Amino acid sequence: MSGLVISELNISHGAIRAVNDLSFTVKPGELAAVIGSNGAGKTTLLRTLSGLKSAHSGSVEWNGQSILRKKPEDLVRSGIVHVSDGKSVIPELTVKENLALGGIWRKDKKDVALATAEAIELFPRLGERMQQSADTLSGGERQMLAIGRALIARPKLLLLDEPSLGLAPLVIDQIFQAIKALRDRHNLTVVLVEQNAMGALRIADIGIIINLGKLVASGPAHELIDNPSLRAAYLGY
Amino acid sequence: MERLFNTILIGVSGGSIYSLMALALVLVWRSTRVVNFAQAGQAILSTYIGYEVITHTDNYWLAFPIALVAGALTGALIDILMVRTLMKRAHSGPVAGIAPVIATLGLLGLIRAIVGMIWGGDLRQFKLPVSNHGFTFGHNTIPFAPINLLIVVTTVVVMLIFSVIFQRTNLGLSLRASAYQPEIARLAGIRVDLTRTIGWAFAGAAGAVAGMLVTPTNYLSPNSLDLLLVSGFVAAVIGGLESLVGAAVGGLILGISLALVLEYISSSLAFPVAFVVLIAVLLVKPSGLIGAKRTRHA
Ligand SMILES: Nc1ncnc2c1ncn2[C@@H]1O[C@H](COP(=O)(O)OP(=O)(O)OP(=O)(O)O)[C@@H](O)[C@H]1O
Ligand SMILES: [Mg+2]
Repeated sequence: MSGLVISELNISHGAIRAVNDLSFTVKPGELAAVIGSNGAGKTTLLRTLSGLKSAHSGSVEWNGQSILRKKPEDLVRSGIVHVSDGKSVIPELTVKENLALGGIWRKDKKDVALATAEAIELFPRLGERMQQSADTLSGGERQMLAIGRALIARPKLLLLDEPSLGLAPLVIDQIFQAIKALRDRHNLTVVLVEQNAMGALRIADIGIIINLGKLVASGPAHELIDNPSLRAAYLGY
Repeated sequence: MERLFNTILIGVSGGSIYSLMALALVLVWRSTRVVNFAQAGQAILSTYIGYEVITHTDNYWLAFPIALVAGALTGALIDILMVRTLMKRAHSGPVAGIAPVIATLGLLGLIRAIVGMIWGGDLRQFKLPVSNHGFTFGHNTIPFAPINLLIVVTTVVVMLIFSVIFQRTNLGLSLRASAYQPEIARLAGIRVDLTRTIGWAFAGAAGAVAGMLVTPTNYLSPNSLDLLLVSGFVAAVIGGLESLVGAAVGGLILGISLALVLEYISSSLAFPVAFVVLIAVLLVKPSGLIGAKRTRHA
């Protein structure tokens, strides 16, 4: 089966079971919002999807192939690109160098140049700050840089960990719109991890709500938004 | 005035060697966060290999690149066989940070013993590749000789090559990214283990160059580079331990200070002076002259 298929996935940190018997599917081209509060296991899940963390049991398939036990540097080459939470830029490098990292393993340098131009078109702020150290960027600009870098790898499955974290509402909106635009333009499959439930579900096709590592609800995003019992308990508005 | 100028020239020549050793230490520190005591052993082994080539071919210029390659290979092997495994086995707790360092200390002893077994403990000497008689201007001969010029020029070339690699190539970008944020580097598709091994190989090459440059005006014995290791550490720390420019500057400061003290005060002060300079710099700038601008995530 194509797309991202997660079945009965268990992930532990020592004795702590951070992800517990989790199963869900994201179809190709779908934007899935994974919602949950602090400690729900969202970051742990993404780290396993990108190969940074090994799973305890269960299976994860991307387009029919198991991706568990593969290394992040190999998964990137097969199109799975992870933008980790908050600190996904290298402050010691310039904006330009951070962007260059995204395409560093790619042979097709022409397309790297094209993808870089597209990323700058999407986030013009980056273009104005190419020679600056990434250390000097604002939180929103860092997030743009992290996403921009991911795009240069030409992802097929994009994993985003709380891109809205610590940003002002206006900037959050801008980032969410960019994510949606990207999905529409490149037909990406996106797993968007968020605590900002409303913002994420508004742009998502499907929503997956987890709590303490377990699946609470999943379904079309608009249905989750309208569900009164979820609203009160998990969506927080 | 002339005496001062000559002393500084000699300091620059001595300092160049310290810079190279500091560079070797900085490269390893940056790529794996290991303080590499074995560097003196790696350099001495490479230099003995160079010595062997010289005795057979009488050709320093052939021995030089061979020693350099031997240094690079030794560095890569140490990382692959020892450091990588140790870091994977012990990746947290108080032992994790110190285990590889102690291991490099043990390795220094091991390499010295092996070198001693093969070549014996007696002092040996290189034939000079170029003259060590000072340049003459009119009827004025200065202490700075062609061999010193060779040392300075080679160091400058090595430093330039490394700056170009680090600042202008994808390999350099990989090396820097892997050093600063290994996890982000992996997520960007960089093979961090391989990149670190390349860092160790570069360091081994730099150490070999230091050994090949310092030995012609010195003796060669299984521990003849130990003092250079100490000077290299002092220079690296003066320079902030993180940057190539820091290594170069640290080496020069140390070299010139030592030359001045030897010339104007006393030759018995060489060893303590290194530490006086170190402490003076650290009191003024605790993070080293070219220290990290911000605290790095470990
Ligand atoms: N490296 C670790 N070692 C031990 N426990 C961990 C580790 N990382 C996460 N955990 C635990 O696993 C659980 C899930 O953490 P995780 O970071 O995946 O949550 P999250 O949903 O991303 O939370 P947040 O929204 O706060 O980022 C938590 O109980 C956390 O304490
Ligand atoms: Mg998280």
